[in-house]
Amino acid sequence: MKKTGSQIIVSTLEKQGVDVIFGYPGGAVIPLYDELYRQKSIRQVLVRHEQGAAHAADAYARSTGKVGVCIATSGPGATNLVTGISTAYMDSSPMVAFTGQVPTHMIGNDSFQEADIYGITIPITKYNYIVKNIKDLPYIINEAFYIAKTGRPGPVLIDLPKDIQVQEIEPYEPEIELNLLSQLEKDYSDKIEKLQTLLESAKKPLLYIGGGVIHSNASEELRKFVELTNIPVVSTLMALGAIPNDHPLFLGMLGMHGTQAANYAVCDCDLLITLGARFDDRVTGKVNTFASKANIVHIDIDAAEIGKIIKPDLSIVTPARDALRSMLGYGFNREAGPWEEQVKKWKQKYPLKYNKKSKFIKPQYVIECISDVTKGEAIVCTEVGQNQMWAAQYYNFKYPRQFITSGGLGTMGYGLPAANGAQMGNMDKTVWNIAGDGSILMNIQELATAVNEKLPVKIAVLNNCYLGMVRQWQELFFEKRYSNTSLGKRQDLVKITEGFGGQGFRVDKQEDVKPTIKKAMEINDRPVLIDFHVDPQENVFPMVPAGGSNIDMITSCPDKE
Amino acid sequence: MRHTISALVKNHSGVLSHIAGMFSRRAFNIDSLTVGETIDPAISRMTIVVEGDDSVIEQVEKQLSKLIDVITLEDVRPGKAIIRELVLATIKINDETRTPVIELADIFDAKALDMTEESITFEMIGDDRKIHSFLKLLQKYGEPIIARTGLTALPLTDVN
Repeated sequence: MKKTGSQIIVSTLEKQGVDVIFGYPGGAVIPLYDELYRQKSIRQVLVRHEQGAAHAADAYARSTGKVGVCIATSGPGATNLVTGISTAYMDSSPMVAFTGQVPTHMIGNDSFQEADIYGITIPITKYNYIVKNIKDLPYIINEAFYIAKTGRPGPVLIDLPKDIQVQEIEPYEPEIELNLLSQLEKDYSDKIEKLQTLLESAKKPLLYIGGGVIHSNASEELRKFVELTNIPVVSTLMALGAIPNDHPLFLGMLGMHGTQAANYAVCDCDLLITLGARFDDRVTGKVNTFASKANIVHIDIDAAEIGKIIKPDLSIVTPARDALRSMLGYGFNREAGPWEEQVKKWKQKYPLKYNKKSKFIKPQYVIECISDVTKGEAIVCTEVGQNQMWAAQYYNFKYPRQFITSGGLGTMGYGLPAANGAQMGNMDKTVWNIAGDGSILMNIQELATAVNEKLPVKIAVLNNCYLGMVRQWQELFFEKRYSNTSLGKRQDLVKITEGFGGQGFRVDKQEDVKPTIKKAMEINDRPVLIDFHVDPQENVFPMVPAGGSNIDMITSCPDKE
Repeated sequence: MRHTISALVKNHSGVLSHIAGMFSRRAFNIDSLTVGETIDPAISRMTIVVEGDDSVIEQVEKQLSKLIDVITLEDVRPGKAIIRELVLATIKINDETRTPVIELADIFDAKALDMTEESITFEMIGDDRKIHSFLKLLQKYGEPIIARTGLTALPLTDVN
């Protein structure tokens, strides 16, 4: 029996196991939405801005490991997805985005709501398609899902002209011709042996883990490997949660706002084993002083990451989990020694710190309280800036896929829609969004989505009346010229939240922080926002100035308490 | 150093954008890029000439290999591939320069395609070096107007 393009899309989504779609209808996707209306297995979440759909799908993917799906109409609907797609691309999040397009015969005529979303998204997708022939549709959708989740994950976009959605063909079961795993190394036992030799002769080995450990679900293997080898671990922003924060050999995040222990360890180590990370500039600082005394081993699923920033002494192109399994199979073993004593001493001597006697509520304290009340078990989403770094530093992460943040692109406005998406994928968990008063307004409309879907997401706004991270740079590097970073009069975020149908709280006394967080935890049928009026001058420390060496951290402001 | 990369790629309308886009996005410099269908209409052969040191070329190759539309690629070295380019050149001539220009063209196996009292147009096929020499010597007689196709290459292994 013949099926329309829309029917083929919906039945393929069902076969792919898609249970939720984030989207916003419009003229060019009415046929597709009509088909979604007729079925029951896929829940549709109506966002209030297409950017929210892309971020929600992305966070759903990050928090569940499944492919996230979003839909937008042609033209402005499609272009509104762009920031979200780019965010997913930079952090290798598997996502399939469907966009409507004007009918094929009208493409190129500057038709109403026409935009070349195919051309626009080439540099920010793993792959993209415009379906020009209905016959290709079954193949394209299946290949899109295969590409999104296979190898290094990433977003894929399918542009669907309106006529394709209503044309009919005899459906078929396509077989994927691509092989995205052909670039992986198959037999690398000789390299594992070499790595073993390097480890045996190393006195100060260090594991540097990145998002690849999360994507390849390697946490279990990582924990075993660390137990057997006693190698200390430093993590990128993307890998937080891959190993529990309270693991004695975990030194915390490295890089620009990393812990002193992590950065000292990187500077001092003589063997750096990189697992699923890509030497991002926020991690390395000045590249030629990064781990400059070490033999560098780089293990990554993406061959193009090897040698992109740093030429390794040994590399293996393979998923992090496979490499770890292989090393475990080889019986890697190592006793802890003076090096482990040293890093533990650093950890003890240089903990993250802030002034606990301040008259202001300190944002770090808010995160500590949230961590406490949620017992380190919440899914934590963030916006971007100081709020993000404090969340990374002060939340006590326990498990992988727990920390959902825009690392590569650094997208303000990510957190709230991401919290919605993560909650949809994890109805049994508490989801917090750590926000700033700047970034929360960038996608505040998604409160409406949360209210309508009865999503009990919790939002903590660290309200400091500034675009805090930029203000911090201006304070430290631009002689306190606070150009355009003061946000002026505070908005009434409590009223705003309640206007949307959520629950709002305001906290301006330290003693109210924890009780209010507890109150928020009791609400389970609507979003809750707590507006914490925090110290407006607080900075994120330690900090490595951009382009500086990781060893040269600023640890506090000399002229502040 | 200049490298010539010969790639087999899928033949559909977005391929050129995907590949050229990768070069501009990652700030690699393309000297020339040529593309044409192979016997299999679903596949095209692309020849890309890139300037860069070894680490740049390594990145170019890895990033190209990562593209879904790229099927295979090879950094072809002279001696391991046939590399050719076609150039069309029109130059003004007079009674004095006509003969030496034609003699020069003869030496380079350039074929005259058109000739008037005042000008002559050649077609010349060669590798980079030959074309460079021809154009350089031709400029002794005036400023030629030229059109080049860019290098195209066929790895010798393909013949076997």
